[in-house]
Amino acid sequence: MEITSTLFAAKAIYIGLIFAITLGVAAYSTYGERIVAAWMQDRVGPDRAGPFGIFQPLADAVKMFMKEDFIPANSSKWLFIAWPCLSMLTALLTSAVVPFGDKLDLGGGIEMDLQGIDVNIGILWVFGIVSLGVYGILVGGWASNNKYSLLGAIRAASQNISYELAMGLSIIAILMMTGSLSTKVIVETQQNGAGFLSWNIWSQPIGFVIFIVCAFAECNRTPFDLPECETELIGGYHTEYSSMKLGFYLFSEYINMFVSGAVMATLYFGGYDYPFNEVVEAQFGQNIAALVGVGALMGKALFFVFVFMWVRWTLPRFRYDQLMNLGWTGLIPISMFNVVWTGLSILIPTTFNLPAWASIVVSWSGIGVLLIGLIIYHGATSKKKTVALAH
Amino acid sequence: MNLSNRTKVLEQEEMTLSERIYLPAILGGMATTLKHFFQKPATIRYPEQTRYLGPVYRGMHILKRDESGAERCTACGLCAVACPAEAISMVAEERKKGEETLYREEKYAKVYEINMLRCIFCGLCEEACPKQAIYLRHDKMAPVFEDRNEVIFGKDKLVEKMDQRYLRDGWK
Repeated sequence: MEITSTLFAAKAIYIGLIFAITLGVAAYSTYGERIVAAWMQDRVGPDRAGPFGIFQPLADAVKMFMKEDFIPANSSKWLFIAWPCLSMLTALLTSAVVPFGDKLDLGGGIEMDLQGIDVNIGILWVFGIVSLGVYGILVGGWASNNKYSLLGAIRAASQNISYELAMGLSIIAILMMTGSLSTKVIVETQQNGAGFLSWNIWSQPIGFVIFIVCAFAECNRTPFDLPECETELIGGYHTEYSSMKLGFYLFSEYINMFVSGAVMATLYFGGYDYPFNEVVEAQFGQNIAALVGVGALMGKALFFVFVFMWVRWTLPRFRYDQLMNLGWTGLIPISMFNVVWTGLSILIPTTFNLPAWASIVVSWSGIGVLLIGLIIYHGATSKKKTVALAH
Repeated sequence: MNLSNRTKVLEQEEMTLSERIYLPAILGGMATTLKHFFQKPATIRYPEQTRYLGPVYRGMHILKRDESGAERCTACGLCAVACPAEAISMVAEERKKGEETLYREEKYAKVYEINMLRCIFCGLCEEACPKQAIYLRHDKMAPVFEDRNEVIFGKDKLVEKMDQRYLRDGWK
Protein backbone atom coordinates (compact mmCIF):
# COMPACT_ATOMS: atom_id res chain seq x y z
CA MET A 1 0.00 0.00 0.00
CA GLU A 2 1.38 3.34 -1.02
CA ILE A 3 1.64 5.78 1.84
CA THR A 4 -0.06 9.02 0.90
CA SER A 5 -0.33 12.10 3.09
CA THR A 6 -4.02 11.37 3.68
CA LEU A 7 -3.23 7.88 4.80
CA PHE A 8 -0.43 9.12 6.99
CA ALA A 9 -2.64 11.71 8.64
CA ALA A 10 -5.47 9.22 9.08
CA LYS A 11 -3.10 6.69 10.59
CA ALA A 12 -1.70 9.27 12.97
CA ILE A 13 -5.20 10.19 14.09
CA TYR A 14 -6.05 6.53 14.44
CA ILE A 15 -3.01 5.79 16.58
CA GLY A 16 -3.73 8.80 18.77
CA LEU A 17 -7.29 7.59 19.14
CA ILE A 18 -6.20 4.09 20.08
CA PHE A 19 -3.90 5.52 22.75
CA ALA A 20 -6.68 7.72 24.05
CA ILE A 21 -9.19 4.89 24.05
CA THR A 22 -6.82 2.46 25.73
CA LEU A 23 -5.94 4.97 28.42
CA GLY A 24 -9.53 6.02 28.85
CA VAL A 25 -10.74 2.46 29.10
CA ALA A 26 -7.98 1.67 31.58
CA ALA A 27 -8.88 4.72 33.67
CA TYR A 28 -12.50 3.77 33.69
CA SER A 29 -11.71 0.14 34.43
CA THR A 30 -10.49 1.32 37.82
CA TYR A 31 -13.92 2.81 38.34
CA GLY A 32 -15.54 -0.27 36.82
CA GLU A 33 -13.50 -2.49 39.07
CA ARG A 34 -14.81 -0.72 42.13
CA ILE A 35 -18.38 -0.74 40.89
CA VAL A 36 -18.21 -4.44 39.99
CA ALA A 37 -16.66 -5.21 43.36
CA ALA A 38 -19.34 -3.23 45.11
CA TRP A 39 -22.22 -4.81 43.25
CA MET A 40 -20.89 -8.30 43.78
CA GLN A 41 -20.63 -7.58 47.47
CA ASP A 42 -24.13 -6.05 47.60
CA ARG A 43 -22.74 -2.55 48.09
CA VAL A 44 -23.35 0.71 46.28
CA GLY A 45 -19.80 1.56 45.25
CA PRO A 46 -18.15 4.93 44.65
CA ASP A 47 -20.81 7.59 44.24
CA ARG A 48 -19.29 10.76 45.69
CA ALA A 49 -17.31 12.22 42.77
CA GLY A 50 -19.86 13.46 40.27
CA PRO A 51 -23.09 11.72 39.29
CA PHE A 52 -22.78 7.99 40.04
CA GLY A 53 -19.14 8.67 40.91
CA ILE A 54 -18.05 8.90 37.29
CA PHE A 55 -15.26 11.34 38.15
CA GLN A 56 -13.73 8.85 40.54
CA PRO A 57 -10.77 8.01 38.22
CA LEU A 58 -10.02 11.74 38.07
CA ALA A 59 -10.11 11.99 41.84
CA ASP A 60 -7.85 8.95 42.11
CA ALA A 61 -5.37 10.44 39.67
CA VAL A 62 -5.32 13.76 41.54
CA LYS A 63 -4.75 11.87 44.77
CA MET A 64 -1.89 9.92 43.19
CA PHE A 65 -0.24 13.07 41.86
CA MET A 66 -0.55 14.88 45.16
CA LYS A 67 1.29 12.18 47.09
CA GLU A 68 4.90 12.60 48.00
CA ASP A 69 7.10 11.20 45.26
CA PHE A 70 9.64 9.34 47.31
CA ILE A 71 12.82 7.79 45.97
CA PRO A 72 14.72 5.60 48.43
CA ALA A 73 18.26 6.80 49.14
CA ASN A 74 20.03 3.59 48.20
CA SER A 75 17.92 2.72 45.21
CA SER A 76 19.22 2.67 41.70
CA LYS A 77 17.64 6.00 40.87
CA TRP A 78 17.67 5.90 37.12
CA LEU A 79 16.14 2.44 36.93
CA PHE A 80 13.75 3.27 39.74
CA ILE A 81 12.33 6.14 37.73
CA ALA A 82 12.57 4.59 34.28
CA TRP A 83 10.97 1.23 34.91
CA PRO A 84 7.46 2.24 35.86
CA CYS A 85 7.46 4.12 32.56
CA LEU A 86 8.67 0.99 30.77
CA SER A 87 5.89 -0.96 32.40
CA MET A 88 3.40 1.55 31.04
CA LEU A 89 5.08 1.60 27.63
CA THR A 90 5.01 -2.15 27.16
CA ALA A 91 1.40 -2.25 28.24
CA LEU A 92 0.51 0.30 25.59
CA LEU A 93 2.70 -1.12 22.82
CA THR A 94 0.75 -4.35 22.57
CA SER A 95 -2.29 -2.61 21.15
CA ALA A 96 -0.30 -1.68 18.03
CA VAL A 97 -0.95 -5.02 16.36
CA VAL A 98 -4.49 -5.63 17.56
CA PRO A 99 -6.82 -5.13 14.60
CA PHE A 100 -9.52 -2.90 16.00
CA GLY A 101 -11.57 -2.93 12.83
CA ASP A 102 -11.83 -3.68 9.14
CA LYS A 103 -10.70 -1.37 6.34
CA LEU A 104 -11.98 2.19 6.39
CA ASP A 105 -12.62 3.87 3.03
CA LEU A 106 -11.09 7.35 3.20
CA GLY A 107 -12.27 8.31 -0.30
CA GLY A 108 -10.10 8.66 -3.39
CA GLY A 109 -9.36 4.98 -3.41
CA ILE A 110 -7.44 5.13 -0.14
CA GLU A 111 -8.28 2.43 2.34
CA MET A 112 -6.95 2.29 5.85
CA ASP A 113 -6.75 -0.71 8.11
CA LEU A 114 -8.06 0.03 11.55
CA GLN A 115 -4.94 -1.48 13.02
CA GLY A 116 -1.76 0.18 14.20
CA ILE A 117 0.43 -1.90 11.95
CA ASP A 118 -0.23 -5.24 10.31
CA VAL A 119 3.11 -6.94 10.81
CA ASN A 120 3.21 -10.54 9.65
CA ILE A 121 4.48 -11.60 13.07
CA GLY A 122 1.65 -9.90 14.98
CA ILE A 123 1.22 -12.52 17.66
CA LEU A 124 4.96 -12.84 18.16
CA TRP A 125 5.04 -9.09 18.69
CA VAL A 126 2.42 -9.43 21.39
CA PHE A 127 4.43 -12.14 23.08
CA GLY A 128 7.68 -10.26 22.80
CA ILE A 129 6.18 -7.16 24.36
CA VAL A 130 4.40 -9.11 27.07
CA SER A 131 7.63 -10.81 28.09
CA LEU A 132 9.32 -7.38 28.08
CA GLY A 133 6.65 -6.29 30.53
CA VAL A 134 8.12 -8.72 33.04
CA TYR A 135 11.21 -6.53 33.16
CA GLY A 136 9.08 -3.57 34.18
CA ILE A 137 8.24 -5.42 37.35
CA LEU A 138 11.52 -7.29 37.81
CA VAL A 139 13.85 -4.31 37.40
CA GLY A 140 11.48 -2.03 39.25
CA GLY A 141 11.59 -4.36 42.22
CA TRP A 142 15.34 -4.77 41.98
CA ALA A 143 15.99 -1.05 41.71
CA SER A 144 14.11 -0.40 44.94
CA ASN A 145 16.98 -1.97 46.93
CA ASN A 146 14.50 -3.66 49.20
CA LYS A 147 14.36 -7.36 49.98
CA TYR A 148 10.61 -7.52 49.86
CA SER A 149 10.38 -5.68 46.58
CA LEU A 150 12.96 -8.02 45.14
CA LEU A 151 11.10 -11.06 46.41
CA GLY A 152 7.90 -9.75 44.88
CA ALA A 153 9.66 -9.03 41.63
CA ILE A 154 11.18 -12.51 41.51
CA ARG A 155 7.79 -14.00 42.18
CA ALA A 156 6.29 -11.95 39.39
CA ALA A 157 9.05 -12.87 36.98
CA SER A 158 8.94 -16.59 37.62
CA GLN A 159 5.16 -16.59 37.48
CA ASN A 160 5.04 -14.71 34.20
CA ILE A 161 7.73 -16.84 32.60
CA SER A 162 6.02 -20.04 33.69
CA TYR A 163 2.67 -19.07 32.32
CA GLU A 164 4.08 -17.64 29.12
CA LEU A 165 5.01 -21.18 28.11
CA ALA A 166 1.49 -22.52 28.35
CA MET A 167 0.18 -19.37 26.70
CA GLY A 168 2.58 -19.78 23.80
CA LEU A 169 1.61 -23.41 23.39
CA SER A 170 -2.08 -22.53 23.33
CA ILE A 171 -1.32 -19.96 20.62
CA ILE A 172 0.49 -22.58 18.55
CA ALA A 173 -2.79 -24.44 18.16
CA ILE A 174 -4.36 -21.26 16.76
CA LEU A 175 -1.43 -20.78 14.42
CA MET A 176 -1.79 -24.34 13.16
CA MET A 177 -5.36 -23.60 12.20
CA THR A 178 -4.80 -20.21 10.60
CA GLY A 179 -1.34 -20.75 9.23
CA SER A 180 -0.34 -17.18 9.94
CA LEU A 181 1.07 -15.13 12.77
CA SER A 182 -0.60 -11.97 11.53
CA THR A 183 -3.46 -10.91 13.77
CA LYS A 184 -5.30 -9.54 10.75
CA VAL A 185 -5.18 -12.89 8.98
CA ILE A 186 -6.27 -14.66 12.15
CA VAL A 187 -9.35 -12.46 12.27
CA GLU A 188 -10.05 -12.84 8.57
CA THR A 189 -9.97 -16.64 8.77
CA GLN A 190 -12.62 -16.42 11.44
CA GLN A 191 -14.82 -14.30 9.18
CA ASN A 192 -15.73 -16.85 6.56
CA GLY A 193 -19.46 -16.67 6.35
CA ALA A 194 -20.89 -18.70 9.15
CA GLY A 195 -21.25 -15.76 11.54
CA PHE A 196 -20.05 -16.43 15.02
CA LEU A 197 -19.97 -20.16 14.33
CA SER A 198 -16.65 -19.72 12.55
CA TRP A 199 -14.95 -18.13 15.51
CA ASN A 200 -11.96 -19.99 16.88
CA ILE A 201 -13.57 -20.61 20.24
CA TRP A 202 -15.61 -23.45 18.68
CA SER A 203 -12.57 -25.32 17.51
CA GLN A 204 -10.27 -24.29 20.36
CA PRO A 205 -12.21 -24.66 23.61
CA ILE A 206 -9.28 -26.10 25.55
CA GLY A 207 -6.89 -23.59 24.05
CA PHE A 208 -9.12 -20.73 25.09
CA VAL A 209 -9.39 -21.91 28.69
CA ILE A 210 -5.62 -22.23 28.87
CA PHE A 211 -5.15 -18.85 27.26
CA ILE A 212 -7.51 -17.04 29.61
CA VAL A 213 -5.96 -18.65 32.68
CA CYS A 214 -2.52 -17.64 31.45
CA ALA A 215 -3.80 -14.15 30.70
CA PHE A 216 -4.87 -13.87 34.33
CA ALA A 217 -1.37 -14.89 35.38
CA GLU A 218 0.31 -12.53 32.92
CA CYS A 219 -1.74 -9.57 34.11
CA ASN A 220 -1.01 -10.50 37.74
CA ARG A 221 -4.69 -10.62 38.44
CA THR A 222 -6.45 -12.69 41.07
CA PRO A 223 -6.23 -15.69 41.52
CA PHE A 224 -2.63 -15.21 40.41
CA ASP A 225 -1.88 -11.85 42.01
CA LEU A 226 1.05 -13.25 43.95
CA PRO A 227 3.49 -10.39 43.18
CA GLU A 228 1.43 -8.15 45.40
CA CYS A 229 1.09 -9.48 48.87
CA GLU A 230 0.81 -7.49 52.02
CA THR A 231 1.20 -10.26 54.54
CA GLU A 232 4.27 -11.85 53.01
CA LEU A 233 5.89 -9.05 51.05
CA ILE A 234 4.65 -5.87 52.75
CA GLY A 235 3.45 -4.66 49.37
CA GLY A 236 5.11 -6.58 46.61
CA TYR A 237 7.35 -5.35 43.85
CA HIS A 238 6.07 -1.82 44.31
CA THR A 239 6.65 -1.57 48.07
CA GLU A 240 9.00 1.39 47.64
CA TYR A 241 6.99 3.13 44.98
CA SER A 242 4.75 6.04 45.70
CA SER A 243 2.85 8.77 43.93
CA MET A 244 2.38 8.48 40.19
CA LYS A 245 5.16 5.93 39.77
CA LEU A 246 3.03 3.54 41.78
CA GLY A 247 0.09 4.83 39.78
CA PHE A 248 1.87 3.82 36.57
CA TYR A 249 2.34 0.28 37.83
CA LEU A 250 -1.26 -0.03 38.90
CA PHE A 251 -2.46 1.64 35.73
CA SER A 252 -0.42 -0.61 33.46
CA GLU A 253 -2.20 -3.56 35.02
CA TYR A 254 -5.50 -2.16 33.82
CA ILE A 255 -4.11 -1.41 30.37
CA ASN A 256 -2.83 -4.98 30.22
CA MET A 257 -6.27 -6.20 31.14
CA PHE A 258 -7.92 -4.30 28.32
CA VAL A 259 -5.28 -5.23 25.76
CA SER A 260 -5.31 -8.90 26.73
CA GLY A 261 -9.08 -8.77 26.46
CA ALA A 262 -8.70 -7.38 22.95
CA VAL A 263 -6.13 -10.06 22.09
CA MET A 264 -8.41 -12.79 23.40
CA ALA A 265 -11.26 -11.39 21.35
CA THR A 266 -8.98 -11.32 18.30
CA LEU A 267 -7.70 -14.84 18.70
CA TYR A 268 -10.79 -16.68 19.85
CA PHE A 269 -13.87 -14.54 19.35
CA GLY A 270 -13.50 -13.32 15.81
CA GLY A 271 -11.92 -9.94 16.58
CA TYR A 272 -13.98 -7.25 14.91
CA ASP A 273 -16.25 -9.85 13.33
CA TYR A 274 -19.91 -9.77 14.27
CA PRO A 275 -22.96 -11.68 13.01
CA PHE A 276 -24.60 -10.32 9.85
CA ASN A 277 -21.74 -7.98 9.05
CA GLU A 278 -22.30 -8.63 5.33
CA VAL A 279 -25.87 -7.40 5.70
CA VAL A 280 -24.70 -4.27 7.48
CA GLU A 281 -22.05 -3.68 4.86
CA ALA A 282 -24.53 -4.05 1.99
CA GLN A 283 -27.05 -1.80 3.73
CA PHE A 284 -24.95 1.02 5.18
CA GLY A 285 -21.63 0.79 3.36
CA GLN A 286 -18.13 -0.25 4.24
CA ASN A 287 -17.28 2.48 6.74
CA ILE A 288 -20.32 1.96 8.94
CA ALA A 289 -19.72 -1.79 8.88
CA ALA A 290 -16.10 -1.27 9.90
CA LEU A 291 -17.08 1.08 12.73
CA VAL A 292 -19.66 -1.38 14.00
CA GLY A 293 -16.84 -3.92 13.91
CA VAL A 294 -14.76 -1.63 16.12
CA GLY A 295 -17.70 -1.51 18.48
CA ALA A 296 -17.93 -5.29 18.40
CA LEU A 297 -14.27 -5.70 19.28
CA MET A 298 -14.55 -3.11 22.05
CA GLY A 299 -17.58 -4.89 23.41
CA LYS A 300 -15.77 -8.22 23.46
CA ALA A 301 -12.66 -6.72 25.02
CA LEU A 302 -14.71 -4.94 27.67
CA PHE A 303 -16.57 -8.14 28.39
CA PHE A 304 -13.24 -9.81 29.07
CA VAL A 305 -12.27 -6.92 31.32
CA PHE A 306 -15.48 -7.62 33.17
CA VAL A 307 -14.58 -11.30 33.39
CA PHE A 308 -11.21 -10.34 34.86
CA MET A 309 -13.00 -8.34 37.55
CA TRP A 310 -15.66 -10.96 38.03
CA VAL A 311 -13.02 -13.59 38.74
CA ARG A 312 -11.11 -11.22 40.98
CA TRP A 313 -14.08 -10.69 43.25
CA THR A 314 -14.97 -14.37 43.25
CA LEU A 315 -11.80 -16.30 43.91
CA PRO A 316 -9.20 -16.27 46.61
CA ARG A 317 -5.63 -16.54 45.41
CA PHE A 318 -3.52 -19.58 44.89
CA ARG A 319 -0.64 -20.39 47.15
CA TYR A 320 2.67 -19.93 45.39
CA ASP A 321 3.46 -23.66 45.14
CA GLN A 322 -0.06 -24.29 43.88
CA LEU A 323 0.47 -21.63 41.26
CA MET A 324 3.70 -23.20 40.04
CA ASN A 325 2.16 -26.66 40.22
CA LEU A 326 -0.81 -25.58 38.14
CA GLY A 327 1.38 -23.87 35.59
CA TRP A 328 4.02 -26.52 35.07
CA THR A 329 2.21 -29.79 35.74
CA GLY A 330 -1.28 -28.69 34.76
CA LEU A 331 -1.46 -26.15 32.00
CA ILE A 332 1.68 -26.99 30.04
CA PRO A 333 0.87 -30.71 29.56
CA ILE A 334 -2.73 -29.89 28.73
CA SER A 335 -1.69 -27.27 26.20
CA MET A 336 0.71 -29.79 24.65
CA PHE A 337 -2.18 -32.20 24.40
CA ASN A 338 -4.19 -29.42 22.82
CA VAL A 339 -1.52 -28.90 20.18
CA VAL A 340 -1.52 -32.60 19.31
CA TRP A 341 -5.29 -32.79 19.26
CA THR A 342 -5.59 -29.69 17.11
CA GLY A 343 -3.26 -31.40 14.67
CA LEU A 344 -5.63 -34.35 14.64
CA SER A 345 -8.64 -32.15 14.15
CA ILE A 346 -6.97 -30.64 11.10
CA LEU A 347 -5.67 -33.92 9.77
CA ILE A 348 -8.73 -36.13 10.16
CA PRO A 349 -11.19 -34.09 8.03
CA THR A 350 -8.66 -33.62 5.23
CA THR A 351 -7.59 -37.26 5.20
CA PHE A 352 -11.06 -38.71 5.18
CA ASN A 353 -12.66 -35.95 3.07
CA LEU A 354 -15.08 -35.01 5.82
CA PRO A 355 -16.96 -31.68 5.88
CA ALA A 356 -15.57 -28.75 7.87
CA TRP A 357 -17.74 -29.29 10.94
CA ALA A 358 -15.99 -32.62 11.51
CA SER A 359 -12.94 -30.72 12.70
CA ILE A 360 -15.06 -29.03 15.38
CA VAL A 361 -16.44 -32.41 16.46
CA VAL A 362 -12.91 -33.72 16.78
CA SER A 363 -11.89 -30.64 18.77
CA TRP A 364 -14.68 -31.05 21.28
CA SER A 365 -14.08 -34.76 21.56
CA GLY A 366 -10.64 -33.66 22.76
CA ILE A 367 -12.28 -32.44 25.96
CA GLY A 368 -13.71 -35.92 26.49
CA VAL A 369 -10.36 -37.56 25.86
CA LEU A 370 -8.70 -35.06 28.19
CA LEU A 371 -11.26 -35.81 30.91
CA ILE A 372 -10.76 -39.56 30.54
CA GLY A 373 -7.03 -39.02 30.75
CA LEU A 374 -7.47 -36.90 33.86
CA ILE A 375 -9.66 -39.55 35.49
CA ILE A 376 -7.02 -42.19 34.85
CA TYR A 377 -4.29 -39.86 36.07
CA HIS A 378 -6.31 -38.99 39.13
CA GLY A 379 -6.93 -42.65 39.94
CA ALA A 380 -3.27 -43.41 39.59
CA THR A 381 -1.95 -40.48 41.63
CA SER A 382 -4.51 -39.97 44.39
CA LYS A 383 -3.49 -41.74 47.55
CA LYS A 384 -6.01 -43.87 49.34
CA LYS A 385 -7.42 -42.12 52.33
CA THR A 386 -5.80 -43.46 55.45
CA VAL A 387 -8.14 -43.98 58.36
CA ALA A 388 -6.86 -41.90 61.21
CA LEU A 389 -7.43 -43.19 64.68
CA ALA A 390 -8.90 -40.84 67.18
CA HIS A 391 -6.19 -41.31 69.76
CA MET B 1 -7.56 -39.34 76.59
CA ASN B 2 -11.06 -38.57 75.68
CA LEU B 3 -12.64 -36.02 77.91
CA SER B 4 -15.86 -35.08 76.24
CA ASN B 5 -16.39 -37.82 73.66
CA ARG B 6 -16.95 -35.03 71.19
CA THR B 7 -13.45 -35.01 69.78
CA LYS B 8 -13.56 -35.06 66.04
CA VAL B 9 -10.36 -35.79 64.23
CA LEU B 10 -10.25 -33.66 61.14
CA GLU B 11 -8.20 -34.88 58.31
CA GLN B 12 -7.33 -33.09 55.13
CA GLU B 13 -8.73 -35.31 52.48
CA GLU B 14 -7.25 -35.90 49.10
CA MET B 15 -8.80 -33.59 46.51
CA THR B 16 -11.37 -35.20 44.28
CA LEU B 17 -11.04 -35.03 40.52
CA SER B 18 -13.41 -32.10 40.10
CA GLU B 19 -11.53 -30.25 42.81
CA ARG B 20 -8.24 -30.93 41.12
CA ILE B 21 -9.55 -29.52 37.84
CA TYR B 22 -10.61 -26.34 39.74
CA LEU B 23 -12.97 -25.26 36.96
CA PRO B 24 -16.29 -26.57 38.37
CA ALA B 25 -15.71 -24.81 41.67
CA ILE B 26 -14.59 -21.63 39.89
CA LEU B 27 -17.69 -21.59 37.70
CA GLY B 28 -19.89 -22.25 40.73
CA GLY B 29 -18.31 -19.35 42.57
CA MET B 30 -18.71 -17.09 39.58
CA ALA B 31 -22.40 -18.00 39.40
CA THR B 32 -22.75 -17.00 43.05
CA THR B 33 -21.09 -13.62 42.56
CA LEU B 34 -23.08 -12.98 39.39
CA LYS B 35 -26.26 -13.62 41.33
CA HIS B 36 -25.20 -11.00 43.85
CA PHE B 37 -24.23 -8.66 41.02
CA PHE B 38 -27.90 -8.25 40.15
CA GLN B 39 -29.20 -8.07 43.68
CA LYS B 40 -30.29 -4.94 45.43
CA PRO B 41 -27.41 -3.50 47.46
CA ALA B 42 -27.64 -3.96 51.19
CA THR B 43 -26.04 -0.60 51.91
CA ILE B 44 -27.44 2.90 51.31
CA ARG B 45 -25.99 6.25 50.23
CA TYR B 46 -25.89 7.44 53.81
CA PRO B 47 -26.06 11.17 54.23
CA GLU B 48 -28.63 11.48 51.46
CA GLN B 49 -30.56 8.38 52.38
CA THR B 50 -31.24 7.41 55.96
CA ARG B 51 -32.74 4.37 57.53
CA TYR B 52 -35.57 4.42 60.06
CA LEU B 53 -33.84 3.64 63.33
CA GLY B 54 -36.91 2.78 65.39
CA PRO B 55 -38.97 4.81 67.91
CA VAL B 56 -36.48 4.31 70.72
CA TYR B 57 -33.41 5.62 68.91
CA ARG B 58 -31.56 8.09 71.14
CA GLY B 59 -30.63 11.09 69.03
CA MET B 60 -30.71 14.84 69.60
CA HIS B 61 -32.08 16.14 72.93
CA ILE B 62 -35.24 18.15 73.05
CA LEU B 63 -36.83 20.07 75.91
CA LYS B 64 -40.54 19.51 75.47
CA ARG B 65 -43.30 22.03 75.88
CA ASP B 66 -46.74 21.01 77.05
CA GLU B 67 -49.93 21.12 75.01
CA SER B 68 -50.41 24.86 75.55
CA GLY B 69 -46.81 25.64 74.75
CA ALA B 70 -45.38 26.15 78.24
CA GLU B 71 -41.98 24.67 79.04
CA ARG B 72 -42.26 21.54 81.13
CA CYS B 73 -38.82 21.71 82.73
CA THR B 74 -38.79 22.80 86.38
CA ALA B 75 -35.02 22.75 86.79
CA CYS B 76 -35.16 20.05 89.44
CA GLY B 77 -31.70 18.84 88.39
CA LEU B 78 -32.50 15.13 88.37
CA CYS B 79 -31.26 14.82 84.81
CA ALA B 80 -28.00 16.44 85.76
CA VAL B 81 -27.68 14.03 88.68
CA ALA B 82 -28.53 11.05 86.53
CA CYS B 83 -26.14 12.03 83.77
CA PRO B 84 -23.12 9.70 83.95
CA ALA B 85 -21.09 11.99 81.75
CA GLU B 86 -21.94 15.14 83.71
CA ALA B 87 -22.92 16.88 80.52
CA ILE B 88 -25.97 18.75 81.84
CA SER B 89 -25.94 21.92 83.83
CA MET B 90 -28.71 24.39 84.62
CA VAL B 91 -29.63 27.55 86.48
CA ALA B 92 -33.07 27.67 88.09
CA GLU B 93 -35.28 30.72 88.33
CA GLU B 94 -38.60 31.51 89.91
CA ARG B 95 -41.49 32.17 87.62
CA LYS B 96 -42.68 35.80 87.66
CA LYS B 97 -46.27 36.91 87.38
CA GLY B 98 -47.45 36.92 83.80
CA GLU B 99 -45.11 34.17 82.71
CA GLU B 100 -47.66 31.40 83.28
CA THR B 101 -48.01 30.77 79.60
CA LEU B 102 -44.25 30.37 79.22
CA TYR B 103 -43.47 27.98 82.07
CA ARG B 104 -45.77 25.33 83.43
CA GLU B 105 -44.54 25.21 87.04
CA GLU B 106 -43.45 27.95 89.47
CA LYS B 107 -39.81 27.21 88.85
CA TYR B 108 -38.09 26.93 85.53
CA ALA B 109 -34.64 26.57 83.99
CA LYS B 110 -33.25 29.96 83.07
CA VAL B 111 -30.18 28.30 81.65
CA TYR B 112 -30.15 24.72 80.47
CA GLU B 113 -26.97 23.54 78.82
CA ILE B 114 -25.83 20.19 77.48
CA ASN B 115 -22.22 19.69 76.52
CA MET B 116 -22.54 17.63 73.38
CA LEU B 117 -18.94 16.48 73.51
CA ARG B 118 -19.55 14.96 76.92
CA CYS B 119 -22.98 13.51 76.21
CA ILE B 120 -22.92 9.80 75.51
CA PHE B 121 -26.56 9.62 74.44
CA CYS B 122 -27.41 7.03 77.09
CA GLY B 123 -30.88 8.40 77.67
CA LEU B 124 -30.66 8.37 81.49
CA CYS B 125 -31.77 12.02 81.62
CA GLU B 126 -34.92 11.04 79.80
CA GLU B 127 -35.55 8.26 82.30
CA ALA B 128 -34.81 10.48 85.29
CA CYS B 129 -37.03 13.37 84.28
CA PRO B 130 -40.20 13.45 86.47
CA LYS B 131 -41.84 16.10 84.32
CA GLN B 132 -41.33 14.38 80.97
CA ALA B 133 -39.49 17.45 79.84
CA ILE B 134 -36.34 16.08 78.24
CA TYR B 135 -36.32 13.52 75.51
CA LEU B 136 -33.76 12.12 73.10
CA ARG B 137 -35.58 12.38 69.86
CA HIS B 138 -35.58 9.37 67.54
CA ASP B 139 -35.72 11.21 64.24
CA LYS B 140 -32.84 13.66 64.43
CA MET B 141 -29.23 13.28 65.34
CA ALA B 142 -27.04 15.82 67.07
CA PRO B 143 -25.52 17.98 64.33
CA VAL B 144 -21.88 17.88 63.41
CA PHE B 145 -19.88 20.69 64.99
CA GLU B 146 -16.59 21.98 63.74
CA ASP B 147 -15.70 24.36 66.55
CA ARG B 148 -15.48 23.91 70.29
CA ASN B 149 -17.56 27.05 70.76
CA GLU B 150 -20.50 25.26 69.17
CA VAL B 151 -20.27 22.29 71.48
CA ILE B 152 -22.42 23.50 74.38
CA PHE B 153 -26.07 23.55 73.38
CA GLY B 154 -28.23 26.04 75.22
CA LYS B 155 -31.97 26.44 75.44
CA ASP B 156 -32.09 28.11 72.05
CA LYS B 157 -31.14 24.82 70.44
CA LEU B 158 -32.81 22.46 72.88
CA VAL B 159 -36.31 23.80 73.52
CA GLU B 160 -39.01 22.48 71.25
CA LYS B 161 -40.13 24.85 68.53
CA MET B 162 -43.89 25.40 68.51
CA ASP B 163 -44.09 25.05 64.75
CA GLN B 164 -42.11 21.80 64.70
CA ARG B 165 -43.44 19.81 67.62
CA TYR B 166 -41.76 16.53 68.32
CA LEU B 167 -43.93 13.45 68.38
CA ARG B 168 -42.32 10.12 68.99
CA ASP B 169 -43.71 7.23 66.97
CA GLY B 170 -46.21 5.40 69.12
CA TRP B 171 -47.37 8.50 70.99
CA LYS B 172 -50.90 9.58 70.39
